[in-house]
Order: sequence, then C-alpha cells, then structure tokens
Amino acid sequence: MQTSTLTRSHHGARPSARLQRPKRWLDLLGTLAFLSLLPWLVPHQSLATSMLIFALFASAYNLVFGYGGMLSLGHAALFGGGAYAAGIAAVHAQLPWGLSLLFGAVVGLGIGVIFAFLSLRVRGIYFAMITLALAQCAYFFAYRNANWTGGDNGLRGVPPLQIDWEFLQLSSADPLSKYYLIFIIVAGALGLLRALLYTPLGRSLSMIRQNEQRAAACGVPVLRVRQLTFAISGLLSGLAGALYAYHIGTVPLETLSVHLSGQVVMMVLLGGMATFVGPVVGAVVFLGAENLLSDLTDYWQMISGILFMLLVLFFSKGIWGGVQTIGQGRPAEPKP
Amino acid sequence: MQWTIDLIFQQAAAGLALGSIYVLLAVGLTLIFGLLNVVNFSHGAFYMLGAYLGFVTLEYTQSFTAAIVVAALGGAAIGGLFERFLIRRLYGKGIDYPLLLTFGAAYVIVDAVRMIFGREGVHVDTPDALSEVIDLGFGLLPGYRLFLIGLCLGLVLLLWLLLERTRWGLIIRAGAQDGTIIRILGIDISRVWLMAFSLGSGLAALSGILAAPMRGVHPDMGSAILVDAFVVTVVGGMGSLSGAVLAGLLIGMVVSFVTLLAPEFQELSIYVLMTLMLLARPQGLLGRRGALG
Repeated sequence: MQTSTLTRSHHGARPSARLQRPKRWLDLLGTLAFLSLLPWLVPHQSLATSMLIFALFASAYNLVFGYGGMLSLGHAALFGGGAYAAGIAAVHAQLPWGLSLLFGAVVGLGIGVIFAFLSLRVRGIYFAMITLALAQCAYFFAYRNANWTGGDNGLRGVPPLQIDWEFLQLSSADPLSKYYLIFIIVAGALGLLRALLYTPLGRSLSMIRQNEQRAAACGVPVLRVRQLTFAISGLLSGLAGALYAYHIGTVPLETLSVHLSGQVVMMVLLGGMATFVGPVVGAVVFLGAENLLSDLTDYWQMISGILFMLLVLFFSKGIWGGVQTIGQGRPAEPKP
Repeated sequence: MQWTIDLIFQQAAAGLALGSIYVLLAVGLTLIFGLLNVVNFSHGAFYMLGAYLGFVTLEYTQSFTAAIVVAALGGAAIGGLFERFLIRRLYGKGIDYPLLLTFGAAYVIVDAVRMIFGREGVHVDTPDALSEVIDLGFGLLPGYRLFLIGLCLGLVLLLWLLLERTRWGLIIRAGAQDGTIIRILGIDISRVWLMAFSLGSGLAALSGILAAPMRGVHPDMGSAILVDAFVVTVVGGMGSLSGAVLAGLLIGMVVSFVTLLAPEFQELSIYVLMTLMLLARPQGLLGRRGALG
C-alpha cells in the first residue's frame, strides 16, 4: 500500500506526536476500563458477555460503515459465518477452542474478502443491495445444509471454554471467568482496531470518507483501501461471531439474518458512527434497553423502532457523538 | 417427474401469479426510488398492512372488492402521511438516512399490527366467485390466479397511461429526470413526492391483500417478501417501471420452476440471480440513471 503525502507529513511531526501519545490511547483505555466493570453494572453476567461480544462486532462494523462510509446491509453474514465456522470446528471436528476461534475469525476474513471483491465493484445504493443479497445467500445456504448447521434449529452442543493449564484452571461454566476470558480476547481485538486507525490505512480511509476525489488525486488507492478495510472488518466480525457461539453454546440461524444486520447498524448509529467509543456505547445501550424492555413488554421492537427513527431524524451523531460535541463545544469531526 | 403440458402450464400460471404480486411491489419501490431517491425498507410493512386492512374490511362487509379498495386507499393515505411528516425531513441528507428511517418504521408498523391482531396470523379465504377452476381446454387454471394476473396487467396498463398520457405523468417523469428544473418551472415538487410515495405505498398495500388468499396473512409476511421485491427492483433496474414489470414476471417464473426442479435452491436462486445482475449490469435490465423509463 502506498503511503500518501499525508502520512509523510505526519512522520515529520514526530515530536509532537510523541507528546500526544498518552492522549491517543485514552479512549481505548477508557473503553476497556468501562468494559472490565460491566459485569457489576448490568443485571446478569450473561448479558454482560453478550454486550462485550456485540461491542466488538459493532466496532468492526463501524470500521466499514462509520470510518469507511460504506453502508453494508449484510454484516450478519460475517458474524454468523464466524459463529458457524467456530461451531462446526468445535462440534464436528472437536477442535480445541483456541483453534476454533481462530478458524471462525479466518472464515470471517474469507467471507469479508469475497464480499469486498464482489460488492465494492458497484457503488452507493447498489453496494447496500448486493451486500444484502450476498448475506441472504449465506442465510439460505446455512438453512439448507442442515446436516452441518442444524438448519432451522441452529447448531447445538458447542462445548464451554476451558483452560486447563498447570498454573491456571478456568472454566466458562463460571460466568465471571467466562466474561474475563472473552474480555481478554475482545480487548486485544479492540486494541488492534485502535492501532489500525493510526496506520496509513486508517488515515487513508478517513481521507476517502471526507473527499474521495481528493484522496484519489493524492494517490490513495481507493478501491484497495476499501477492500482491505472490509476484509479486516470481516476478521473481527468473524471473531465476534465465534465468541458468541461459545458464549451461548449454540449457533442459531438468526446469526445470519437480515435482522442482525439491521441491529448492528442500529447499535453503531445509536452510539455514534466514526467514533471509537460510539459502537461500544451503542452495543451496551441497545442490548441493555432490549433486555429491560423485553422484560417489561412484548413489544420492545416497536420501542426500538421508534428510538431508531428518532435517532435518524434528530440525533444522527448518536450518544457518544453528542457527548463529544457538548464536550468540545463544536461539532466533533471524527478523528482516526 | 413427468413433463406434461399441463404441469408446465400449471407452474407457469403459478409463476405468473407470484410474478404479478412482485410486479405490483416492485413498481412501487422503483417509483419511490426513481423520484425520491429513497430505498424504502418499510415497503414490506405496507404490504402486510394492506393484507390486514383488507382482512378487517372483509370482516365487516364480506366483500372482496371493498377489501381491495380499502387496502389500496388506506395504504396510500398512511404512506402519504409518512412521507409528509417523516421522510421529507431527510431529503438532501444522503441516501443512507431515509433508508435507515424506513427500516425503523418497518419495526414500528409490524409491532403495531402484532399488538392489535396478535402474533398468530389470520385467515383470508379466496372469494367465492374466483375459487372455481377454469378449464382452458389444454389445462386447468384456478380462477383466482387468472384474476390476479389480469388485474396486475390492467393496473400496469393504467399506470402506463397515467405516466405517458397525462400531464401529471409528464411532471412525474420530468421530476425523476431533474427535480430542480421542475421547481424552476414553477411546479410544487413536494406534491409530486407525496403523490409518488402514496401511489407506491398504495400499490404495496394492494398487493398485500391480493396475496392474502394464496400466501396467508401474518405480521411477518412483509419482511419475507421485502427482500424479494428488492431483488426484482434491482434486476429490473432501480427507477425503471418497464424493468420492474419484466423482472417481476421473470423472477416469478424462475421461483416457480426452481421450486419444481430443484427445491433446495428455491430461495438461493433469486439472490444469486441478483448478485450476477449487479455484477454484470449494475443498472439492471432496463435501468437508466435516474429516469422512469
């Protein structure tokens, strides 16, 4: 990947960049601190674990939708693909969980590459439509191959995560151990994502979003950057899906559905697109609200629909975007 | 499997009947996209709404004709309000926002129907006058299917006349080409938008009640067919009316014959078709950029 003039000038500004370094990672550290306290902030640990996993998935989606400006309506295929891959590796091949998780992430990457290769050839609304069509293909493919996926009933019998080393024994039968085990993996993935935004790739991506023609004129290989971004998003979404399979012990067919693709868009919008903290806040608030409302009423979908419409109409910066705006007294221009 | 003339004919008739439903849905979608540049994710919810409006009308009047009229007008009225008070706020904000708004609206409409009518579906009978089987000499054809295909073609013809032969149609076609010029010529374009959205929603609601005797009525019927309607619209060409008609009938046939020949590919077939179409010809069969052709 070529480096653009922008990144060269950034290297020229090395001393000040070093001064900023602690501040740079503040949002990552703040996010991780918040996530590490989650089990004590929500009613039960299983919900906390779901929030954690969806925080990763929403962050991975935000890379494409928020930072990349590509409205994908098929991200469930990446999450569900990773979930099924890990589930099949664990159930049918009896692989240890570390390898299964890795396999899920790699399959997510693979699906991401296929999606990127096919869908990025068209633009705008056609891009959204083709991602939707491809995700539907994945859904019905899983539905029809029931001997591998369990079809409509989902894939059952994913074993719990277990660590059985000499100096450390953990079993995910204990919800809190499971939470922190998954937390370590998610923290690593979020750290990677945060670092990625400071690389030339991340900078090129925000250049493209702000002004595609100018980025292209500066020598940014627009298509390559987008493809690579989509692929990385696939890797992280696949990992999130794989963790989800281990978290609930089954892989429901819904992990590939249009509804899930819609939900992750909602989470990112709710939290604030193109911010690092936004998707995490969005995932936590969305799942928390869903949990609360579904206890109170059978019609939480209506509430979430109304909320979603209000967000789009009046508050398109989302929760974190709004917080940033208030904090800075000016509109928050998304920084990498 | 025995290939007989009768079997092929039966499948073709079933395909055309399904295709007719697709055509009515896709024409609405394409009209809304061509004029308003809105990808309407609440279209399936309007389809479902039409089926329930028709169901309620049938309960009260026992007349299928009344059910059709109420569904179409009710859908158009609700669609008009929706455009006027919600979507209109988002014009010029990029294509993603209206899409996401209609996505949220679909959730609200579906859950509202669940609240009123329950999660289980309701039943709509085929009207007595149309439940007979008609013998065409070389094959038997259920009367309702024949009625559906005829009604769909009639409506498409009416719509074509409206667009090609009336002043209002001229304004719509011009609006799809270039909205700014329309404004400069002193025409209130916001009224055109309202009309287009109402018309599209009305057609969706109409196809909902028409599909009800064949496919049943339940709150989730819209989300299932919405993606199919998108496939038809994209294959025909977003914004192309003739493309929507052609693609609707074509895809209805494809679904019908794939179901017969290779049922395991029944759902996959149309998405594969759409993907191939988008890669080979993103503008669709008859699509031109931003014109209602």
